[in-house]
Amino acid sequence: MALRTFIEAVREGLREEMTRDENVIVLGEDVGKKGGVFLATDGLWAEFGDDRVIDTPLTESQIIGTSIGAAIGGLRPVAEIQFADFIHPAFNQLVSEAARLRYRSNNGYGAPMVVRAPYGGGVHGALYHSQSVEAFFTHVPGLKVVIPSTPYDAKGLLRSSIRDDDPVLFFEHKKMYRSVRGEVPDGEYTVPLGKAQVTHPGTQVTVIAYGLMAHYALEAADRVAEDGISVEVVDLRTLRPLDKETVLDSVRKTGKCLVVYEDNRFGGYGAEVSAIVAEEAFDYLDGPVTRIAGPDVPGVPYNHVLEEWFMVNPEKIADGIRKLAAY
Amino acid sequence: MAVTRSDKPAPARAAAAKRALGADLGLTADDLLEMYRLVALARAVDERMWVLNRAGRIPFVISGQGHEGAQVGVTWALQKGKDWIAPFYRSIATCLTFGMTARDILTAQYATASDPSSGGRQMPGHYGSHEHNLVSVSSPVATQLLHAVGLALAAKIKKTGQVALTIMGEGSSNQGDVHEGLNFAAIHKLPFIFVVENNGYAISVPLARQVAGSSVAQRAAGYGIPGVTVDGSDVLACYAAAREAVDRARAGDGPTLIEAIVTRLTGHSSDDQQTKYRSEEELAADKAHDCVPTFRAQLADAGILTPEEEARIGAEITAAVDDATEYAESQPDPQPSTAMKWVYAEDWPSETPPAWGLGTPAEHPAESEPSEPAGEGVH
Repeated sequence: MALRTFIEAVREGLREEMTRDENVIVLGEDVGKKGGVFLATDGLWAEFGDDRVIDTPLTESQIIGTSIGAAIGGLRPVAEIQFADFIHPAFNQLVSEAARLRYRSNNGYGAPMVVRAPYGGGVHGALYHSQSVEAFFTHVPGLKVVIPSTPYDAKGLLRSSIRDDDPVLFFEHKKMYRSVRGEVPDGEYTVPLGKAQVTHPGTQVTVIAYGLMAHYALEAADRVAEDGISVEVVDLRTLRPLDKETVLDSVRKTGKCLVVYEDNRFGGYGAEVSAIVAEEAFDYLDGPVTRIAGPDVPGVPYNHVLEEWFMVNPEKIADGIRKLAAY
Repeated sequence: MAVTRSDKPAPARAAAAKRALGADLGLTADDLLEMYRLVALARAVDERMWVLNRAGRIPFVISGQGHEGAQVGVTWALQKGKDWIAPFYRSIATCLTFGMTARDILTAQYATASDPSSGGRQMPGHYGSHEHNLVSVSSPVATQLLHAVGLALAAKIKKTGQVALTIMGEGSSNQGDVHEGLNFAAIHKLPFIFVVENNGYAISVPLARQVAGSSVAQRAAGYGIPGVTVDGSDVLACYAAAREAVDRARAGDGPTLIEAIVTRLTGHSSDDQQTKYRSEEELAADKAHDCVPTFRAQLADAGILTPEEEARIGAEITAAVDDATEYAESQPDPQPSTAMKWVYAEDWPSETPPAWGLGTPAEHPAESEPSEPAGEGVH
């Protein structure tokens, strides 16, 4: 075992998959010599060369569309979108093409590819370097959406994503890149897609979260433990396909469910989780399914006072837990 | 039984050899007759689609009439079973030339379970076949250009010697994906060919309102690649242009843009009435440039297409189209029990069926009332 930052785990996962399979290529803006603006691909160009680590023009639709074609041609592209905020020009290629290719061709074609993108706020990134975009894509059958929260999961899930036969969107919270460290095994391992994890067992309230919010949920669980509230935290890890069993098992045990997400509250991913819990665990609920989520403004404001107001944090989650526990 | 290339006729006659049409391009009389058969077959299949639509048998048609000569000429330059094509919704002749059959085209019109393009999931015209290296067509236009660029990238990285070609209309060529893809393909000198079938109209909007400067080929200069314009009713000129582009691509010299000037002999689709926005004179002029009689006359003049040969090919085509119609009419609809298959490569428990389940087997439309012909619709 070795201690790794989140971004080191991503980089190791990429490097080891590129070593294992010569069909794995990396493409995106500044991913070559520079190694990416966050250095996620640092060193890969020197090791694997121009053919397999490709600096693209500033053309997000091209990055994704070319990846689809390359995947049809037998490669396993790992595309980097520099910030999740800039994925929107590629929306058509992701939603109309990558997601639908297998279904519309009745399994004649598939698009085995990964799209990595840093997401999330709390880093003074303002409206266009802070967005959480997962809900746009979790809505679309045919896409898989992964948001890991630990270095261990980041590496293991990235490996599984690259080996998967369908398009996977792999969102990495940029605030975690260097602030989150964790143990990563030396040998090869994978973490399966579609499996959530109970990261903190408890009995009274279930908190469902992912990405940075999975960490904040753990901190909140510790805070309310001082008030005598026992919280079970479920880290979803894969948003789609959703591991409903782990979610529902926990809620059926605790009888209370709080869903936490950083994205705007209205129509966010957590709204779907809430609906599923309300529909499928209704008989077990001792209180309303509630949400702690980002405010409904069009983006994260830059000024630090405004950004702090926007961001969900452990204390805001703890407040939500206390209210729900008292219900 | 569908007609395939292996059914092609007896060797060339002496008359053909004497004139040696196409010899400078390395085409034999057999090649030319087969190219003619494909052009004429595509037209016959297309015409049958309209008959079936007007008879209420199929709800929607999108046509390739006027484009067939360019499609067969261009596609003939590629290597079947090796190279890649990302076609578009008028690519019937392209698909036939690359290995699909009349049955494959007509089962797509009926959206049968056996439709090889999509198993009845897509609208007619959205062809595709992994077996024949034809990438599945979608409805957003020009997206496929990037898929062909990606295939060309894979071919270059894997050193397979393959060429990837994409085709669209001049209206579609205005999309941003075209700029992004041409730029990338040119930077990396990818083995990629971009064919624009310019029929002068994007549904109802004429060329002058779509393309500044009225030439898509000229735009190639901006990417530092050759851009050529070719008469789309001249099958051999289209073949020559495509062959040169293929040679360049295989030699590592990068992409080529070919703009084939074609005609649109039908409305945009079965839901469009083009007399509303095109004059009778213009439509008559288009008809005078129809690639099918043009190619037929060229081959007849060269002594390659004798009256006997023409009759034989015509009979073969009629039989193939009749067979394909009967076959498609007899094929069952896909079942709702299959409708949740292939969202992903494997099934996932979280993708639950709707509250109303996966249904009971539907009646085959051949046994039910024919549907009303489509009216003025979304297309």
